Amino acid sequence: MIVEFGAFALILALVLSVLQTGLATAGRVRRSPLLAGGADGAAIATAFALMLAFAALIFAFVVSDFSVENVARNSHTDKPMLYKVSAAWGSHEGSLVLWCGVMAVFGALLARARGLPFGLKTSAVATQGALTALFLAFAVFTSNPFVRIEDAPVQGNSLNPLLQDPALALHPPLLYFGYVGFSVTFSLAVAALIEGRAFSGFWPAWGRWVRPWALASWMFLTLGITLGSFWAYYELGWGGWWFWDPVENASFMPWLAGTALLHSAVVTERRGALAGWTVFLALLAFSFSMLGAFLVRSGVLTSVHAFAVDPERGLMLLGILAVAAGSAFALFAWRAPQLKGGGLFAPVSREGALVLNNLFLTVAAATVLLGTLYPLILEAATGETISVGPPYFALTFTPLMLVAFIILPAGPLLAWKRGDAVGAMQRLAVAGGIAIACGFAAWLAFEPKKALTAAGIAIGAWLIAGALAEVVERIRLFRAPMAEALRRARGLPLGAWGMTLAHAGLGVFVLGAVAETSFKLESAEALPIGGSVIAGPWKATLTDVEIVEGPNYLAERGVVTVTSVDGRATPRTVTSERRFFPAGGQTTTEVGLDFRGLDDVYVVMGERRATPEGERAWTVRIYHNPWARLIFLGPAIMALGGVLSLMDRRLRLAMPGRRKQAAA
Amino acid sequence: MRPAAFLVALSLLAVPVMAQEPAAPPDRPLPDAAQEARAQGLFEVVRCVVCQHESVADSPAGIAGDMRRLIREEIAGGATDQAIKDDLVRRYGDYVLFTPPMRTGTWLLWFGPALLVLAGGAALIAFLRRCPAATAPLSPDEERRLADLLQSETVRPDPDASPPHDGR
Repeated sequence: MIVEFGAFALILALVLSVLQTGLATAGRVRRSPLLAGGADGAAIATAFALMLAFAALIFAFVVSDFSVENVARNSHTDKPMLYKVSAAWGSHEGSLVLWCGVMAVFGALLARARGLPFGLKTSAVATQGALTALFLAFAVFTSNPFVRIEDAPVQGNSLNPLLQDPALALHPPLLYFGYVGFSVTFSLAVAALIEGRAFSGFWPAWGRWVRPWALASWMFLTLGITLGSFWAYYELGWGGWWFWDPVENASFMPWLAGTALLHSAVVTERRGALAGWTVFLALLAFSFSMLGAFLVRSGVLTSVHAFAVDPERGLMLLGILAVAAGSAFALFAWRAPQLKGGGLFAPVSREGALVLNNLFLTVAAATVLLGTLYPLILEAATGETISVGPPYFALTFTPLMLVAFIILPAGPLLAWKRGDAVGAMQRLAVAGGIAIACGFAAWLAFEPKKALTAAGIAIGAWLIAGALAEVVERIRLFRAPMAEALRRARGLPLGAWGMTLAHAGLGVFVLGAVAETSFKLESAEALPIGGSVIAGPWKATLTDVEIVEGPNYLAERGVVTVTSVDGRATPRTVTSERRFFPAGGQTTTEVGLDFRGLDDVYVVMGERRATPEGERAWTVRIYHNPWARLIFLGPAIMALGGVLSLMDRRLRLAMPGRRKQAAA
Repeated sequence: MRPAAFLVALSLLAVPVMAQEPAAPPDRPLPDAAQEARAQGLFEVVRCVVCQHESVADSPAGIAGDMRRLIREEIAGGATDQAIKDDLVRRYGDYVLFTPPMRTGTWLLWFGPALLVLAGGAALIAFLRRCPAATAPLSPDEERRLADLLQSETVRPDPDASPPHDGR
């Protein structure tokens, strides 16, 4: 009964979102606040209907109602409760409901946003409603998760055991809040194109309205990608964290476009310049999200993360992408020539630096797009199959980013309109010295000596020191008395701290990525009980192997003691498991992670086999991953920077200044 | 889980293990450290042909193990990295290398990013040339907006709104 209720709520949401579009359009055309208010109400009702539908789906999974096809295919009674719930978004159908739900929630928030002028807001609500309706129609007519089956099986198929993991239970919701959050910037961009330059100072105001949505989506996407990367790191069992897998790329493209949008929206807000470009990026970010949805859900890609879906539904997604992105970009092509940006600026200025940032970020996004789609296009066109993997991106993407990173710290130190390049360089002298010292120290300290690695470490240090240098400069630390510096530090807006954190977090990530990639050590051996294997400074001894019975799996658990070769570090015990899931017949590994300062000692239990002497033994792999913690810490710091900026008074949705002005 | 099921599952856990024992010998690193380092480098760029976007360095699949052994044997036999790659491409096609080949069909793939940077840079220079921002005074519109902005920031002046660090 509750399942039927969910199906009804899903259809109701579709009707309501169509109503939202219709009412908002009519309200905009007739300039009727009553109709527009109705559209707002419909937006909020859509969100509620989808929440109910999603709750009903979760309920079906919680009670293991195998008469529902989706539950039967993706759940199992033995699964722990967390994974029963998370299986609700583990399949194509369920995750599509989540996608629509997030979109409707953002739509409801947009409908509640205060301070937006009537025309812009109503057009945005109409666009958001149309997007929601498109995806909901796709869900209802082709991918309904509430479909019942005639003969309910006694037991379900269970969820892919690789996905039964706390990080991966949380990863899709975070990721979707990021992907779909950009639908609001998309709607606001379409609305801005429809409304045109409605009043003097329109573009700075529009930049201010777009920024919080872009920032929130960017923050969620950062967290979601990081969590997914961390999951790959410890769950797939070979210590990699980024593979340039097409599906990873699909999530990375909106991130790059979104990052570019954040920066260019600042220019539009402060100076009214680059309006057309910011609008373009706002459209692009969500178009990349939709492209990602198509790539992941259509079966054109083979990837560990892809949903197995028939091509017909893939074609429909391509249709949705073509309709939504196509019409928006057509509108852009029509209206863009009329978008007159405001403020002028010299090449060396804050605007100039942000424009360069945008150049590199968008070309980087285009490179990822090229590398992802090229094999597909080439195969379709000529039948040749090629692989585009890490070496390609190391030769194209990485140099682009390195140049961008070298320029980055100078940006915030340049004044708006016309900056002083020499002055900025003087203020960065200390940071540059620190960076070069760090690179040199790294070159001396680490074996084997690698010039590129030392350069990478220097760039990481440059980003961190450069970000801090900007704060030091702004609060006049070391130049003014301490009390004055503290007063200035308290006076800095949260957004400034957010930017500093985000840039420093990027540096932290670069340090981790460079060290891990350059100095990762690995070794594997078949160990009898009591045997040990050495990787770099660490030694792992297999002390015991036991059979463990989990809720829905059986495992061989290796108890491994990790000590340092020189014997100075305290020995620690980690366990690594090889799990067998009878429900699906799959085997997974649970990695044992020993955190040693910034380094990880990563232990993987392998298959059982015999030593040459015929003893019982297990393959044990051990990796020494130096500074691996920083790889995940860095993006977390960046996301924290996003949170701080969101809390900035200047980015609150309501515009108190404007209202006060109106009152005065 | 009941004991019977437990036993069945336990035997299932053991079956692949026993079936594999004679066939798949574990990876034996080459005795020469420099050669082994070369082998590891190659593993990273060779794709496991039955897997989904995994290199043979990462893949647990049996064929990846075979490919690792093949590469080590060729290195021990004195083949250069390029000869080994060529040999792999002969056997499995271009698909086997994560580095796409450079030929007419992939020209756009390899040079696209550089072309985009150049095109973007040229567009940027053209854009900046068009606006002679050097000494343009504030237009009345800008003056008005400045007043607007200053007025709307009642709590404290926005540090970004004025050129920062111009205390000198």
